[in-house]
Amino acid sequence: MRNRLVKVLLMLLVGVVAGGPLVMAQEAAPVVSAPAMVSATAAGGTQTDRIAVLEKQVTDQATAIAAAQTAGDNAWMLVSAALVLMMSGPGLALFYGGLVRKKNILGTMMQTFAMMAVITVLWAIVTYSLAFGDGNAFIGGLGNMFLHGVGLAPDVKYAATIPLQTFMVYQLMFAIITPALITGAFAERMKFSAMLVFMVLWALIVYSPMAHMVWGKGGLLNAALGGMFPCLDFAGGTVVHVTSGVSALVTAIYLGKRLGYPKVPMPPHSVVLSFIGACLLWVGWFGFNAGSALGAGTLATSAFVATHFGAAAAALSWSAVEWIRNGKPSALGAISGAVAGLVAITPGAGFVTPMSAIWIGLIVGVFCFFMVVKVKAIFGYDDSLDAFGVHGAGGTLGALLTGVFASSTINPIFGAGKPTGLLEGNAHQMLNQVTGVAIAWGLSIVGTLVILFVVDKTIGLRVSAADEEMGLDLSQHGEEGYDWAH
Amino acid sequence: MQKIEAVIQPSKLDAVKDALVEIGVEGITITEARGHGRQKGHTEFYRGREYAVDLLPKVKLETVVTDEMAEKVIDAIMGAARTGTIGDGKIFVTKVDEAIRIRNDERGDVAL
Repeated sequence: MRNRLVKVLLMLLVGVVAGGPLVMAQEAAPVVSAPAMVSATAAGGTQTDRIAVLEKQVTDQATAIAAAQTAGDNAWMLVSAALVLMMSGPGLALFYGGLVRKKNILGTMMQTFAMMAVITVLWAIVTYSLAFGDGNAFIGGLGNMFLHGVGLAPDVKYAATIPLQTFMVYQLMFAIITPALITGAFAERMKFSAMLVFMVLWALIVYSPMAHMVWGKGGLLNAALGGMFPCLDFAGGTVVHVTSGVSALVTAIYLGKRLGYPKVPMPPHSVVLSFIGACLLWVGWFGFNAGSALGAGTLATSAFVATHFGAAAAALSWSAVEWIRNGKPSALGAISGAVAGLVAITPGAGFVTPMSAIWIGLIVGVFCFFMVVKVKAIFGYDDSLDAFGVHGAGGTLGALLTGVFASSTINPIFGAGKPTGLLEGNAHQMLNQVTGVAIAWGLSIVGTLVILFVVDKTIGLRVSAADEEMGLDLSQHGEEGYDWAH
Repeated sequence: MQKIEAVIQPSKLDAVKDALVEIGVEGITITEARGHGRQKGHTEFYRGREYAVDLLPKVKLETVVTDEMAEKVIDAIMGAARTGTIGDGKIFVTKVDEAIRIRNDERGDVAL
């Protein structure tokens, strides 16, 4: 009996030390001080009753601490989910909208906005289940269709301290922006109806399996939940950027060039809109990367810092190389560099130090500049807004550099003190990273080609030449973004 | 009467207007214009792609003055609009046969 009393006292003490401010905030569960308890015992109350009361208090406090942590984590994750949605509309919609000619701004913005609606409903029906439901190494099952079993209790395998619905809606925001990124490659020439069908099929055939393989329970590439090839992808380097970027390239080539490209000048109609969009992307990316910690702890801070440093370094390096080559650092170059940096740091955000993030940013800024300016010109494809040049190329490089710079001091994902990245001596991790990237490339190329073929042969992919000349705003939506007459 | 048309840099409009008011010019018409002279515009770069912009923003200023005023107006515009760099613009002078004030039928110099 005496031992039990001592144990309860110790637990109380630990509870007070560990959860000090939280416990103090719980008025309903006041901390009973040791002297008060001793006097109660001395006063003659039965010891058994007293211990029962104390045990209940300890349990209550543990519950209160858990609830407080859940509340804190959940608050951050809901904000993160909203930040990621902000990346799509308004962020990406403005970024892409400013880069097209003015007759296509609404058509371009609508493509991103449509993703917010279509992918959401599809997610609830089936794609969440295919991505995160129980299944095999390649794809989830149908057990969570119509969000069956996706309630407010946490799923400890994915995130122990937030409601599963929070996890579900956070992941949904990734599923929205990923296909929206592809629209940059086929801007100014795809039918709206074809785009909708293409994206629904793409979410089913490319996104869901890739998300399952990297993040789903038992997924082939899952590093945290026992995948065969543990590929490090903190916030979606392969799942989001490689899949969207490579699919973008395939689509741009399949669809063909815009009328007049590259002879007719097609400069952005408003770099100002793109500038605002890019800044919103940068801010939203904190939710994208730091939110991927799935809690409000120190890992979120680390990912937040790495994200910011990576973006800043890439903005500088893109601008520097542009300044040297063209004599001027352009605003469009600076924001493009920042986006490239954000893309490249995404897979490594929760694995690398701030200084490694700067290195990744510096490298990718130069790399993506040459992909967009030189490589695109050499091969002659019309990736209208450089979805591949920035996301496909930057995502691939970022995934590989994650294998180089990943540090066990930031995230001991393979066990405390075990080498994580190449620089720590884990050369094998590079093989896993290459495997992850290769699967993402392969699935994107094959899946996208099949979808394009099916849509092309059924409803047709491309607007007529007359409609393209008129612009997507009028031909697809019957309205204009700018009415100069009034 | 002489009509003086000056195509000038937009940034010099205020200075030219002030100079004209100072010498007693009463009516002017301003049009936002685009064009180029011998320098043929400039180039812009968007993600490494080069675009030639050969129609630059300009301001066209028109005023009709008496024959005696014409040289003073030309001098005023020259003085206020010149920066000495390419793209400062040009002045054209044409003879005007008649000027009529719609409000009260006045004609000739008094209508200006």
